[in-house]
Amino acid sequence: MRKSTKFASVVLAAAMVMSSFTACGGNGGNADATTFKIGGIGPITGGAAVYGQAVMNGAQIAVDEINAAGGINGYQIEYKFQDDEHDAEKSVNAYNALKDWGVQMVVGSTTSDPCIAVAAMSSQDNIFQLTPSGSAVDCVGPDNVFRVCFSDPNQGKASAQYIGQNAVASKVAVIYDSSTTYSAGIYESFAAEAANQPFEVVAAEAFTADNATDFSVQLQKAKEAGAELVFLPIYYEAASAILTQADAMGFAPIFFGCDGLDGLLTVEGFDTKLAEGVMLLTPFAADATDDLTVKFVTSYQEKYNEIPNQFAADAYDAVYAIKAAAEKAGIKPSMSASDICEALKAAMTQITIDGLTGEGMSWEASGEPNKAPKAVIIKDGAYSAL
Amino acid sequence: MSFINYLINGISLGSVYALIALGYTMVYGIAKMLNFAHGDVIMIGAFTVFTICTTMGLPPIVGIVAAIVLCTLLGMLIERVAYKPLRKASSPLAVLITAIGVSYLLQNIVLLIFGANAKNFTSIVTLEPITLADGQINISGETLVIIVTSIVIMAVLMLFIKKSKAGQAMLAVSEDKGAAQLMGINVNGTIALTFAIGSGLAAVAGMLLCSAYPSLTPYTGSMPGIKAFVAAVFGGIGSIPGAFIGGILLGIIEILGKAYISSQLADAIVFSVLIIVLLVKPTGLLGKNIQEKV
Repeated sequence: MRKSTKFASVVLAAAMVMSSFTACGGNGGNADATTFKIGGIGPITGGAAVYGQAVMNGAQIAVDEINAAGGINGYQIEYKFQDDEHDAEKSVNAYNALKDWGVQMVVGSTTSDPCIAVAAMSSQDNIFQLTPSGSAVDCVGPDNVFRVCFSDPNQGKASAQYIGQNAVASKVAVIYDSSTTYSAGIYESFAAEAANQPFEVVAAEAFTADNATDFSVQLQKAKEAGAELVFLPIYYEAASAILTQADAMGFAPIFFGCDGLDGLLTVEGFDTKLAEGVMLLTPFAADATDDLTVKFVTSYQEKYNEIPNQFAADAYDAVYAIKAAAEKAGIKPSMSASDICEALKAAMTQITIDGLTGEGMSWEASGEPNKAPKAVIIKDGAYSAL
Repeated sequence: MSFINYLINGISLGSVYALIALGYTMVYGIAKMLNFAHGDVIMIGAFTVFTICTTMGLPPIVGIVAAIVLCTLLGMLIERVAYKPLRKASSPLAVLITAIGVSYLLQNIVLLIFGANAKNFTSIVTLEPITLADGQINISGETLVIIVTSIVIMAVLMLFIKKSKAGQAMLAVSEDKGAAQLMGINVNGTIALTFAIGSGLAAVAGMLLCSAYPSLTPYTGSMPGIKAFVAAVFGGIGSIPGAFIGGILLGIIEILGKAYISSQLADAIVFSVLIIVLLVKPTGLLGKNIQEKV
């Protein structure tokens, strides 16, 4: 299934490239332009909608703040967001729609597989892309793509280190989705790092997207292996089913996850009491008391009547990172998207920003950010810092 | 001990497949068509219960009755609008393709109304779990209800077909539509009744499926639907006890395969078993080998 969509997206991507050659040869800059065009991509409908909506809203808040404060280099930002339903093919379509609109900088895609597909396109067009949350290694493969979040191997490694160093548990089971890049990537690096840590991986059980409803066997095996902690490097939808089924069979280990679990509390009909005590490694906690977080959470709540999650924070930081790099490079809206991309690529490695998801964030030329992860725990139905 | 637990999980999953397979096999046995939208009727049943019980907060019994009524009507509507006009079509493929179309139509309507975010279905079963052997064996209330329900439904269906007049009419229609009509049987009415019963069963299957495995999306019905179809073929399509046995065996094979071979290969194992069974016994476990009259 996934292979076929990937193949389809490649074919489609190839077709799009051909058509862009024949059409107008990309956007060559407009001397009269007075605004920067930033485009966002992510799933605002579909199974991963929580992430895309958060990215859309988080970036919107940053754009509004920047515009109110006078814009970037004195130019206002125009911001447009396109839905990709967490589908690589639709993400490429969304990217093409943004390109037709004249996008100069892309914030997206939100999820890993679509991001990889869009990165392949944007590198051909040489359009600057900064993904807030595309965590797979390949997301930042091309040199025009950077990311705000941690990479999957980084998350797996950091999770193993956190569990080991804080002695959270000595027997650990893993339940992961072998059919997604995200989950399998985290699991591999977690397993590799676990060998160096003072805990034992007693069970590693997989499931696939087609089989993501019945977890009785995986949980049973974890229980029998005596796992005190179950590591869930998966998305929140499957996690909510796992928590419900574990509760039904009377299995109550510590559950530990990565940024994919962010969103767990918003699953409709899910008894949030079951999520109490779930730990996750994520760079953002909405209840942190620093000025930046408080200000962001307040305006997000005012505007969207919701507590922002990590994805919203990533997107907010992404827009500010673009601003910092754009100011460093001194770009103007009249430049072509390709010239802007060249300027921003060089500037990204020179900037340091204090964002919601990390203090003193800086970037490698490879596209990876330098920052430290934080652990949060779900307490009284909300995320709180550990 | 763990083996017994896996076995219980397998029977529980298998009973859900059996319940869905009963609907498949009945419609196939009598109307001689594969209703690929069956899995989606299941999903509609589950969404009805979810809306009434979880969103509106009404007692489960209201949701159960509403789901059965709605799915029964929906089944008859689908049959009337999408299948009946094609019954005389020259190729049996036409109605198969329509069924696939109906399946996508139902999925996308629900997608439009409810969105694709997974909902956590609140179980309609309030039975306490049973623990045996000092808590080493745990049987959930859902498991018990599912197993009992599917056995009862299978028995009632068999009695209905053997003893009732309408059931006899179904048998006659399944053997020869033309002859049945000559004998004064209302063929269209009988087929509509078959769809009504099959879809009512789908509603029950939907709510039990989601009670045991509480994740509900517009695509919830499609994979269990395919597995149940496999179960129906495995047991011998058209045979009611065959569907039941096929479903239970399939569930057990899936769970034991996951537990003792590989949790990644669960589906591959299930489908390999199907291929082997069909190679050895092409009509399925309980399928009758009826020769086509020329």
